[in-house]
Amino acid sequence: MAERIIELRDISKSYGQVYALGGVNLSVDRGEVVGLIGDNGAGKSTLIKILSGVVKPTSGEILVRGKPVTGWSAARSRDAGIETVFQDRALAVQQTIVRNIFMGRELTSFMGWLKVGKEIEEATRLMREIGFTSKVFTPHSIVGQLSGGERQGVAIARAIYKQAELIILDEPTTALSLTETAKVFHFVRQVRASGRSILFIGHNIHHVFDIADRFVVLDRGKVALTADRSEVKSAEDLINFMENVAHPGGLAGLHDAGETEQRVR
Amino acid sequence: MEPDLQSPLGGTHGEPARTEWKHPSDHWLRGFVIDNRASLGTLGVFIVMMAVFMIANPTVFTTWYLYSSVLTTLPVALFVVVPLVFVVTCGEIDLSFPATMGFASWVFALVVQAGYDPFLGIAAAIVTGTLLGFLVGSLVVYGGLSSLIATLGMNFLLRGLIQIINEGKSMALTGLADSRAYTIFSSQVWGIPVQIFWAIGFVVLSAMLYNRHRFGAQVRVVGDNPDSAQQMGIDVKRVRVKVFVFVGIGAAIAGTFSVMINFTWWPTAGDGYLLPVLASVFVGGTPTWGGIGTVVGGAIGAVTVSFIQTGVVAAGLSGFYVQFFNGLIIILSLLGHKWNQARYR
Repeated sequence: MAERIIELRDISKSYGQVYALGGVNLSVDRGEVVGLIGDNGAGKSTLIKILSGVVKPTSGEILVRGKPVTGWSAARSRDAGIETVFQDRALAVQQTIVRNIFMGRELTSFMGWLKVGKEIEEATRLMREIGFTSKVFTPHSIVGQLSGGERQGVAIARAIYKQAELIILDEPTTALSLTETAKVFHFVRQVRASGRSILFIGHNIHHVFDIADRFVVLDRGKVALTADRSEVKSAEDLINFMENVAHPGGLAGLHDAGETEQRVR
Repeated sequence: MEPDLQSPLGGTHGEPARTEWKHPSDHWLRGFVIDNRASLGTLGVFIVMMAVFMIANPTVFTTWYLYSSVLTTLPVALFVVVPLVFVVTCGEIDLSFPATMGFASWVFALVVQAGYDPFLGIAAAIVTGTLLGFLVGSLVVYGGLSSLIATLGMNFLLRGLIQIINEGKSMALTGLADSRAYTIFSSQVWGIPVQIFWAIGFVVLSAMLYNRHRFGAQVRVVGDNPDSAQQMGIDVKRVRVKVFVFVGIGAAIAGTFSVMINFTWWPTAGDGYLLPVLASVFVGGTPTWGGIGTVVGGAIGAVTVSFIQTGVVAAGLSGFYVQFFNGLIIILSLLGHKWNQARYR
C-alpha cells in the first residue's frame, strides 16, 4: 500500500451563506495521478486553494502522511511537499527559465550574490527530469519565447524543485493545442515516473481520462464519484455520468449512465 | 555544431536523444551580442553620434579639454542614472531625485560649513538620502500612490522646503579644497578627474547587483509580473521600497559630488539633472514597461547625453542646436531599441 501523502476528511467551506464545499473527502497516495473533474462552480478552485493553504476550510480535517495537522496555511502546505501550478502559471515572461524556476528562492552565497553556475546546473537537472529537452532552448532562454506547453513545463519544473511530493496542476491543458497538450502529458508522466503524485484538475474530461489513475468527480461542493481507472471503461462513461449527476448513485449511476448513452441532449 | 551521433533507433526509448543543453548560437560572440543587444545598441548610437561630430570638426575632438569637462559632470549623472534603471525595471519611476540631490548636498554643506570633516558630511548626506528615499518609497508603495505623480509632488515639496529655509542663498565651501576628502573624491589623477573612477566603480558594482544578485533578480521579477512574484513568496512591497532607497543613496552621492566640484552649494543643486538623467535611462535601452533593463546601457546612455551638448558646440554649431540634437538622439535611440528588442507578454 502506497503511502498516503495527503487526506482531506469532511472538508467544508462556506462563504457567508453560500456553500462552496460541503463535506469533501479526498486523498492522494504516493506516485498516483488523481484526476479531479467538475463543472464550473463545482468547487474545484476552492478545493485547490484549501490544499495549497491559500484558503482555510470552515470545518474538516487535514492529514499529512496520516497525521492530522492544525493551523493549515500556505507555508504548512509547502512544508508538506505540496506545490501548486496555478492556471495562469505565474511566470515572469521576460525573464529566463532559470530566473523563473528560482523565483523567490534564489540560490545565493554570501551577502545574497547569486550562485549562477549552481542555478543553471539545477535548472538543467529539473528540466531533464521532466523530459523538457530541446535543441532550441537553454536555461538562459526567455520564457516569452516558449510555447504554451513549454511554459507549463517551466511551471512544473519550478514546482518539483525542492522535492515536492504532490503537484497540483490547475487546468494545465486549457487553451493549449493538441501538440502542446501532448507535451504537458509528457511532462506529467515524467513527474509520475519520478515517484511524485499529481492532482490533475481539468475541464476537458478526455484529457483527464488520458492521464489519471483515479477520478474524482466534484459536483456542487460534494464528491459525486470516486472511481479507479479500471472501473471506468471510457471517457464517454465519465461524460455521461457527469450529465447524470443530478441523480446521485455512485458507480451505479455510472453504469446507468452507460445505458442511457443514446440519450439526445 | 557537432552532429548528433546517437541514432534514434540505438537509444533506449523514452530517453531523450540529447542530454545536454546547448546554446542556440555556436559561437560565444553571437551569444554575447544577443544577451547584450540593448547596451550594444546604445553603444552603436554613441559611436555614430561621435563620428558625425568628428566629421563636422575633427580638430576640436582631439583636444583633451573637451573630454575633461565631460568627465567632470558625467559622474554626477551616473550616480542617479544607474539607480533609476533599477526603479524603471521595477515598473516605477522616481522624479524626486533632483530634490533629494539638493537636500542631501545641503546637509553635506551644513556639516562642512560647521567645521566638521567632509567625510562626516558625506556620511550625513548618504543617511539623508537613504531616509528621503525610504520616505518617497513608502509614500508610493504603502500609500498606494502612482509613482509618477507622487514623486513629482515630492520633488516640488522637498525643493520648496530648501527654498523656504535658505531663501535662495547659496553656501560657499572654500575650505573644501584643502581637505583629504577632496583629494580622494574630486581631484585629478594624470589630468583625469577622479570622480569618473568612483562612478565607473559604482556602475560595475550596480551592474553586478542587477545581474548577479538576489536584489537585482527580484527587482526584475517584480517589474515583470508582481502577482507572480508575490505568489512565489517575494515581498513585493519591500523590493519596491528598496529601489527608491537606492535612488536616494545615489542622489545623495551625486549631490555631494556636484558640490565638491563647484566648492559651492546652491539651493537649486540637482535641478538641471531631471530630464537628461531620465533621457539617459531610456536612451540606454531600458524600456518603460518594466521587467528588463540594462545598467551598462544606462551608463552609455548617460555618456551619450552628456556628449551631445559639448559635441554640438564643439562641432561649430551654435548652442541653439543643443535641444534639437537632444531630441533627435532620444527619438532615434527609442526607434532603434524598439526594433532591437522584442517585448514578450
